[in-house]
Amino acid sequence: MSGPVLKIAEDLLRRIHAHGAETYPHECCGALLGRENDGSREVADLLPLANRRDDSPRNRFKLTPDDVRLAEKTARAKALDLIGWYHSHPDAPARPSEYDRDHAWPWYSYIIVSVEKGQARDTTSWRLQDGRSAYDAEAIEIAGRSAGI
Amino acid sequence: MGVKVIIPTPLRAYAGKQESVDLQAATVGEALSALTNRFQELKKHLYSDDGRLRSFVNVYVNDEDIRYLQKSDTPVREGDTISIVPSIAGGVTQQRKCGGTREPF
Repeated sequence: MSGPVLKIAEDLLRRIHAHGAETYPHECCGALLGRENDGSREVADLLPLANRRDDSPRNRFKLTPDDVRLAEKTARAKALDLIGWYHSHPDAPARPSEYDRDHAWPWYSYIIVSVEKGQARDTTSWRLQDGRSAYDAEAIEIAGRSAGI
Repeated sequence: MGVKVIIPTPLRAYAGKQESVDLQAATVGEALSALTNRFQELKKHLYSDDGRLRSFVNVYVNDEDIRYLQKSDTPVREGDTISIVPSIAGGVTQQRKCGGTREPF
């Protein structure tokens, strides 16, 4: 049985990596804008956002409800959907933490990039299971260039 | 017609795939209770085990955050719209070094 797949263009993935390197040693975060048709999900654009956790930005990120509404509005304006979120784990593995799980909803795709000593390393994507007790790994399928939306 | 609760996209699968649900209620608490009674799978994504709204779940009545109103006792009237909007949060639990040596993707 095959699991969920998230398609993303190489240039968009590079932008996520660049964002993670730029904010290192702090966590970066942003929204994934894209489409889902018949279970096939593709990132078409990104909305980089500011990490609102001033108190502990090295190991936490937060986006406010206003950020979420901005991401939804931006997606609608581009005829896309808000399909998930990305964030970085500075000097830590690209695996969801308990804290991530406690603050997640199903359906969204959660991309995590590990940034080691300022350089992006591994990239993974996850979807929270219905029961909230674990994530399913989402395979990342790298496509060509984004459509330039 | 009563109050309308807008269901956020990630939770529509647990609410009969509906974008919104119309309910009869006098307060926000009653509306959310009616919603989660009708769609019980929604409950664990809105409330933690202690019965409180999850810390990242924000509820608005006509764009007013209920934390600044009367929280779950906030009265609602015919035609009001209740929105559920998440904050997005996460991060590393323990600081430890990556073992990976692979290049990005």
